[in-house]
Amino acid sequence: MDAIKKDLLMKVADLHEVPQGAYNIRENGKLGGRAVTENINIVTKEAGPGIDIYIKDGTKKESLHIPVIISETGVSDLVYNDFYVGENCDVVIVAGCGIHNTGDEKSEHDGIHTFHVGKNSRVKYVEKHYGDGVGSGDNVMNPTTVIYMEEDSYLEMETVQIKGITSTDRKTSAVLKDGAVLEVHEKIMTNGTQFAKTDFVVDLDGENCSANVVSRSVAKDKSFQEFVSEIKGNNRCTGHTECDAIIMDDARVVAVPKLEAAHVDASLIHEAAIGKIAGEQLTKLMTLGLTEAEAEEHIIKGFLK
Amino acid sequence: MLKLENVCYEVDVDGESKGILKNINLEIDERFVAITGPNGGGKSTLARIIAGIITPTSGKIYLDGVDITDMSVTERAKAGISFAFQQPVRFKGITVRDLISIAAGGDISVSQACAYLSEVGLCAKEYIDREINASLSGGELKRIEIATVMARQTKLSIFDEPEAGIDLWSFNNLIRVFENMHEKLGGSIMIISHQERILAIADRIIVVSAGEVTAEGTKDEIMPYLLGGSSVCSTLENKFN
Repeated sequence: MDAIKKDLLMKVADLHEVPQGAYNIRENGKLGGRAVTENINIVTKEAGPGIDIYIKDGTKKESLHIPVIISETGVSDLVYNDFYVGENCDVVIVAGCGIHNTGDEKSEHDGIHTFHVGKNSRVKYVEKHYGDGVGSGDNVMNPTTVIYMEEDSYLEMETVQIKGITSTDRKTSAVLKDGAVLEVHEKIMTNGTQFAKTDFVVDLDGENCSANVVSRSVAKDKSFQEFVSEIKGNNRCTGHTECDAIIMDDARVVAVPKLEAAHVDASLIHEAAIGKIAGEQLTKLMTLGLTEAEAEEHIIKGFLK
Repeated sequence: MLKLENVCYEVDVDGESKGILKNINLEIDERFVAITGPNGGGKSTLARIIAGIITPTSGKIYLDGVDITDMSVTERAKAGISFAFQQPVRFKGITVRDLISIAAGGDISVSQACAYLSEVGLCAKEYIDREINASLSGGELKRIEIATVMARQTKLSIFDEPEAGIDLWSFNNLIRVFENMHEKLGGSIMIISHQERILAIADRIIVVSAGEVTAEGTKDEIMPYLLGGSSVCSTLENKFN
């Protein structure tokens, strides 16, 4: 693997070398490497691009890495990855996509991920998006995540996109059964004329299930962000959605939280706040010796931490 | 060390100029100076002008003989002025460790943080990774604010009403903190306060009322004046009459 690919791998999956445990690396639309374990199997789909991942019942303290790296310009890549997580598992799944586009053509990766999380299983799913390269070609990522959660399962989804993605349109949907818990934490920073839209739809179908969908974002320059979050409470359940955005320069941010309760014991809350960095925060850090630009950097870094 | 020369600050109210500070002349060389006076008298404005947060309409400010009037907040901080806010600022995502590290000028360990946080009655292990957000109480924020200023170790540390928003238990400890602070800081302290117990440990008390210095001297000279039925400091008057 060359230095550019290694760098992308580190940016999206915190990997310096090939990972321990199960992994599937996709390079420029082709298989770049794969390893399976006794408990985690990865199978190439017979029809269409993508993989099926099977995690055996009771698999604990194992990780799966499925990074995608694109280092050529003009690549358009679409994959369907289906995850079948058995019962009583405790696993970490690290996905993510890095594009290094040195040309003037668009490079795009659209990952359609479907999770089937078995009873009593815990999954931490991390997805980082990163782009760089000196070319004028756009870096585009349009991921779709579909989550089906069985009884008493837990899924924590952490998505990070802080640099280099020209345009993203992310769609996430989840259906929760009894006692299932979904935690979503999204971090986005856009600059230039970048566009980022995220759209969450969560169906709280099971008794005593809960969802917490939290987005923190920073919009700089002339970038445009749109956050749409819809939580439906169809049973005794709790749902919370929060969008917290810092707006800077000539950016534009739209936040559309939506709640729908179809059960008298559904407890749903939404919060949305958009605002610039408070002047007193800058002043406070400047009284500690930072310049205004350094203070701004610290505030944004902390906000997106 | 600090010298204010004819410092004035005026604001525009309905098209008319209103003097918030009127010709303030002060020279401060003592290790512990307290500024007191009625609410709205100009004390906090004076402190903010020294820290550079507010620009005076006219007048000059010198620190160790250097004219700092046109210096920014950052430049004054680097020149050796620290400022503890009356209402500490909250940050989403910035932790106690982050803030003290910025103040100390580099990353700090738990034991280094402990040196500052224990002074204000907080356990570093418990607090170092806490975010400086709404999950902290007013008293906790206040104590962290004081610890942050202590971590800077500057030649002049200004505290704007450190007792405000602090419960009685914390207040008793706060007095102890300020009694020992000079040795810990190695610099001068300027504290804005209404509290007799804080004024009592000051080397010099300056009374600011209606934008002017109306009295100054040692505690023996000023306390009888403050407590003697004068209308200068209504808070103290209410407490002791």
